[in-house]
Amino acid sequence: MATLFGSGIKRREDPRLITGQATYVDDVKLPRLAYAVFARSPYAHAKIARIDVSAARQAPGVLAVYTGADVKDRLVPVPCAWNVPNCDLKIPAHPLLAHDRVRYAGDAVAMVIAETRAQARDAVDLVDVDYEPLRATADPEKATQPGAARLHEEIPDNIGFTWVVSGGDAEAAFQGAEVAVSQRIVQQRLLPTAMEPRAAVAQYNRGSGQLTLWATSQNPHIHRFLCSVMLKLPEHRIRVIAPEVGGGFGSKIPAYPDEALVSFAAMELGIPVKWTEDRSENYKVTIHGRDHIEYVEMCGTRDGTITGIRTKVYAGLGAYASTAAPGIPTILHGLVYSGSYMIPNIHGTIYGVYTNGTPVDAYRGAGRPEAAYLIERLVDIFARKIGMDPIEVRRKNFIPKDQFPYTVATGLIYDSGNYEAALDKALGLLDLKAFRAEQARARKEGRYLGMGLVSYIEICGLGPSQVAGAVGFGGGLYDSAIVRVYPTGVVKVYIGASPHGQGEETTFAQIVAHEFGYPVENVEIIHGDTDNTPQGWGTYGSRTTAVCGSAVKVAALRVKEKAKLLAAHLLEANEADLEWKDDAFRVKGSPDKAKGMAELALMANVAWNMPPGMEPGLEATAFFDPTNFVYPFGTHICTVEVDEQTGQVKILRYIAVDDCGPPINPMIVDGQIHGGVIQGIGEGLQEIAVYDEEAQLVTGTMMDYAVPKASQMPHIEVAHTITPSPVNPLGVKGCGEAGTIASAACLVNAVCDALAPLGITHIDKPLTPARVWAAIQKAKGATP
Amino acid sequence: MIPTSFDYVRAGSVKEALGLLALGDGTKVIAGGHSLLPMMRFRLVQAPKLVDISRLEELRGVQEYKKGLRIGATTTYAELARHPLVRERCPVIAEVAADVADIQVRNRGTIGGSLAHADPASDMPAVMLALDAEFQLRSKKGGRRTVRAREFFKGAFATDMTEEELFTDILVPGMGRNAAVYVSFDSAASGYALAGVCASVGRKRATISDIGVAEVAFVATALERMKDTKCDAAVLAAAAKEAVAGLEIAGDAHAPAAYRRHIAEVAIVRAVERAYQRAGT
Repeated sequence: MATLFGSGIKRREDPRLITGQATYVDDVKLPRLAYAVFARSPYAHAKIARIDVSAARQAPGVLAVYTGADVKDRLVPVPCAWNVPNCDLKIPAHPLLAHDRVRYAGDAVAMVIAETRAQARDAVDLVDVDYEPLRATADPEKATQPGAARLHEEIPDNIGFTWVVSGGDAEAAFQGAEVAVSQRIVQQRLLPTAMEPRAAVAQYNRGSGQLTLWATSQNPHIHRFLCSVMLKLPEHRIRVIAPEVGGGFGSKIPAYPDEALVSFAAMELGIPVKWTEDRSENYKVTIHGRDHIEYVEMCGTRDGTITGIRTKVYAGLGAYASTAAPGIPTILHGLVYSGSYMIPNIHGTIYGVYTNGTPVDAYRGAGRPEAAYLIERLVDIFARKIGMDPIEVRRKNFIPKDQFPYTVATGLIYDSGNYEAALDKALGLLDLKAFRAEQARARKEGRYLGMGLVSYIEICGLGPSQVAGAVGFGGGLYDSAIVRVYPTGVVKVYIGASPHGQGEETTFAQIVAHEFGYPVENVEIIHGDTDNTPQGWGTYGSRTTAVCGSAVKVAALRVKEKAKLLAAHLLEANEADLEWKDDAFRVKGSPDKAKGMAELALMANVAWNMPPGMEPGLEATAFFDPTNFVYPFGTHICTVEVDEQTGQVKILRYIAVDDCGPPINPMIVDGQIHGGVIQGIGEGLQEIAVYDEEAQLVTGTMMDYAVPKASQMPHIEVAHTITPSPVNPLGVKGCGEAGTIASAACLVNAVCDALAPLGITHIDKPLTPARVWAAIQKAKGATP
Repeated sequence: MIPTSFDYVRAGSVKEALGLLALGDGTKVIAGGHSLLPMMRFRLVQAPKLVDISRLEELRGVQEYKKGLRIGATTTYAELARHPLVRERCPVIAEVAADVADIQVRNRGTIGGSLAHADPASDMPAVMLALDAEFQLRSKKGGRRTVRAREFFKGAFATDMTEEELFTDILVPGMGRNAAVYVSFDSAASGYALAGVCASVGRKRATISDIGVAEVAFVATALERMKDTKCDAAVLAAAAKEAVAGLEIAGDAHAPAAYRRHIAEVAIVRAVERAYQRAGT
């Protein structure tokens, strides 16, 4: 039998997803279902002087209208679950419905429940609110300046925390440095844009006191816990089901007011209630990503040794601290300032700043793309300053492959790596010499070609639970699996993680089928229902395969161990005389004396003839807690041509070489890389959430927010190197965020290389034609 | 994204549609719905009634008209893109239609709906202005009337049409010796043009004998000075600058005014040069 582990079989979940047979939250239909629509503030910052819902209550079909006053004493504000230690973190209350003040455009002030969604929407127009507008700002740097609008009375400067990362002696390094470069970098706000917006259906059984909540969730166990807090309902009376979830990119990790309020309404009214987000509502109230304004510096020697990095970062939090928000620009960002390099001296000061924007939380890569971007931009700027090839600067500073596990200045221990191999492979695919020759020819013709290169690392496979506790994450970071073998030998696997597009129904089945000598069809993966899956921590941070996949493997091996004892009993052989060969336990030397898993499963489940003392049944549970994070890496290269007249950037080639350890399913890995690269190209070229002076989101629809489209994207050449991780039994590292972490910086490096003859060293992303053109005009001394 | 409630009537004939519009009760015409429905879902438009003309055969299709074309208002972009007569007589219309949005929009969106909507960022107005097309309108009281495209567009989302009128046909004159090219620079988000220029150029040997240029909803009369030249680059650049100088151009989140102004000039230059080249082949 061909080996299943490492085979690029087709995704088993796809047929139902692409033929409309999958059940998403909005597909859940229940008898007497009512619909919720929220009345939301049009102002980014205002006092609520008066709110009158009497007309809305009278509207056709309306069953109930709730305001902030109705719920504030009965429900608990939305919790923030990442209490980053060693800083002055202040977490202001985030009421489920605003009752005295709104702090961003989209803050909910009332919830209307009606018999139809259209009736609820019509009644929202009748909710009458007197707002007294206040000054507002969505700019995280301006919000800290004296005289800026104050969001929360108890936080006069809007600074929610000041967090410092430090390793070595950055001050001394910069003081004595031969060369230092600096740059102000803006990492713009982004809108996560999952294809399926958020939705919730809540059903409360007054007889049993059980609440069932169907929700768009990347982590139903976390949602169960947080809903239990908000609703003051014991955890065992809540069942959260994440059915099919149409993408998340981090935006479906947090707890939001909406799901809790819908649950509250279902409990109050005794009928099921559904809420489905509009796309416009999604852009307004579902978390955003990035939003950094950074002042960054790098120092080193004239011969290219990097000796220090220093940063000051204003990280926008938006109006309230979302579930994981404080950990994103700190733990997941500042700790990886070394990138792929031996940088002995690091100092970073991160200000988490409240603004009148939508809350900011984890978005694909979450903190790590921002770190990779600033490091990889700085390496290019530094190389240019000392007149050295940026590729050689990278080579010179790489952590050598024989140094792993390697402790970087911030204290992280990188598990394994071979950065030079990935770099060499990518350069081989490019044919660097030919490109540089073409670039030189083009420059003579007045055309601008450029090459960008990024050698990134990321911190993935979150992570050891002990570390989670140490860094203030309000949960564990192990994950879990139950492998249950049925009498006919087929297998169901119940997992604690909650895949929503990443393909683990295929890859996890490959892990089990591979161990059991089965075709993949014999294994089903069940996820997303807190009533039948073991406690787990969800799907994010490129952790699902490294952590939950490892739990699957450990559980499968436990099953196999028991099966082996049973086989020895049935074959009347010593356990030591058995070996697993092809698809069965066989007696060494007489391979025809064999028992396969299906036969053993039947005996274990009927238990007619068990070894003395062995319990019936064939299943095992495993909780896997890794000993360290995993650190995937790679090199991406892109080549571009810039139209000097129009500022348009055309991507000529995009090469991605990634190392995520041994791929379980290479096709799925490549798909993850494609998706990630495209999201990063979107960030690099065209995506930006723009707020105006009144903190109104002006890119609030897809007409204005430039989600990347297939027709705008280049062909992506994908290749891999394979360096196993020692921290989990699969050796895998995670690949969901890799593409996004590398590609935005890669693109900006390429455009800056193209425009180097004009003296341009940096342009803030996204590199829209207008921005590139303006930079060219400025470089030429013209006023654009 | 739920519109306010409205009544819906599928018109069985043009006459029935005109009768409903004549009531003057705010009834809106719907064909492909790709401009109207989004506005209704945002509640920017709250129409009490829609009259659907999309199945009226008499408003659909392409015929020969003198040496040019008669195009029915409800002809879709997809039909225009592949229509042999359009591709033969006025290929620029087929080219522009093929490049509008995506296949779903092209299958539903109609040329008449787009022109009547007069979105300054859409592509077809510039084409119609450059080709000097005429539009036919009908109403119950006023009967038929024909308006030059150059008189029809009155500004952003503003036209010469009354609430009671129905846009029925587009008359495109024969191209003669002219060749036309459309050049646009599009928003990465919406696909709509930040700047879009159609140039129709006729030439005798190397000399420009006829020229019509339009940037979105404006005829660029400054380009007329290109006549009797051999498409001289310096004259073209100066004329493009002058043409754009006269336009009111505002910036927004996608591009500041200075950039829009600049690429409008670039689009004029590129469209004229390409049309000039095409006319010579």
